[in-house]
Amino acid sequence: MTIIIPGTGATDMEIGLGHFLAVSAMLLVLGIFGIFLNRKNVIIILMGVELILLAVNLNLVAFSQALGDLSGQVFALFILTVAAAEAAIGLAIVVIHFRNRGSIEIDDVKLMKG
Amino acid sequence: MITAIAFYTFAAILLVSATMVISSRNPVHAVLFLILAFFNAAALFLIAGAEFLAMTLVIVYVGAVAVLFLFVVMMLDVDRAKLREGVQRYAPLGITVGLVLLIELAIVLTGWTFAPDMMTLRFAPIDPAVHNTHQLGRLIYTDYVYLFQTAGLVLFVAMIGAIVLTLRDKGVGVRPSRHQNIARQIARMPAETLAMVEIVAGAPTQAFLKPLVVETVAAEHGHDDHHPGHGGH
Repeated sequence: MTIIIPGTGATDMEIGLGHFLAVSAMLLVLGIFGIFLNRKNVIIILMGVELILLAVNLNLVAFSQALGDLSGQVFALFILTVAAAEAAIGLAIVVIHFRNRGSIEIDDVKLMKG
Repeated sequence: MITAIAFYTFAAILLVSATMVISSRNPVHAVLFLILAFFNAAALFLIAGAEFLAMTLVIVYVGAVAVLFLFVVMMLDVDRAKLREGVQRYAPLGITVGLVLLIELAIVLTGWTFAPDMMTLRFAPIDPAVHNTHQLGRLIYTDYVYLFQTAGLVLFVAMIGAIVLTLRDKGVGVRPSRHQNIARQIARMPAETLAMVEIVAGAPTQAFLKPLVVETVAAEHGHDDHHPGHGGH
C-alpha cells in the first residue's frame, strides 16, 4: 500500500498513504458515531462535525504528500476556513436556541413542527 | 523508523482523544480532548509535510474554534445527567452505521489504484527545494486567488451572521437601542422638525428652514423606551 514517489520529499518513509487513509477513515467513523451517540447535546454534535472535517483534511493532506501535488493542501486550507465559519455560526445558533428554549436537546428543536 | 514511531503515537493519541470527545460525560472535558485531538492532527500534518497547514490548524482550531466551544459550553447551563439519557437508545443505530461505513471505507481502501498517468496530471507539483509555506503562498495568491477571496468572504459573512444572531439589544441602560423605528420615522412631519426663520432685509434669501432642537438624542431614546414592542426581541 505504501507509495513512495521520487522527488516529493517522501523518501525513506515506511509511513505511506494507506496509513493516513486508515487513520482518517477511523476518525471519520468516530465523528459520525459521535453524532449518533450524543443526541441530547448539540455542542458535542458540532464537535463530531469538526472531527469529520479534520478527517477530510487529513485525507487531502495525505494525498497531497503521496502525489506530490500542492493542490490538496490548498483545498485543506479552504476546508479549514469553512469549518471555522461553520463552527461560529453553529455555536451562535445553539446559543440563541438555548436562550429561547432553555435546552440544547435535538428533540426540542421542533419549533417549526418539521 | 522515527517517523513510523511518531506517526503511530500521534495517530493513537488522536483516535483515543477523538473517542473521548464523543464519549465523555462532561462537555468541558470533551472540548479539552478536542484540543488534544487537533494538536495530534497537526503533528500528523507535519509528518505529511504540510507545515503551514499544521501551524494553521493549531492557531485556528486550538486558538479560536476550541476556545469558542469552551466559552459556549461554559456559558450554557446544561443539565449533565439529562444529556446521557438517549445514549442507550441510539448507540445500536450509531454502531451499525459506523460499522457499515468502516467496512465500506476498508473495501475502498484495499481496492483502488492510481491512474497510470497521474504524475502528468498534477496541477502544482511540490518542489522540494522551496519551503512549504512559500510554495503554498505562491499558489494561493495566483491560481487560487478568487477562491482565496471567497474564503475571506465566507469568514466575513460568518462573523456578521454570528453577531446578528447573538446580539441581544434590549434598548435600555446607558447605551440605549439605536434600532430604526420605521413607523415613527414615516409619521414624522416637517412641522415637527423644521421652523421658518425670518431674515433681515438685504440678505440674499428671504427665509430659510432651521431645524428645531426640540428632541435631543436622550429625549428620543426616552421616548423609544416606552414602546417595548420594537427591538430586543
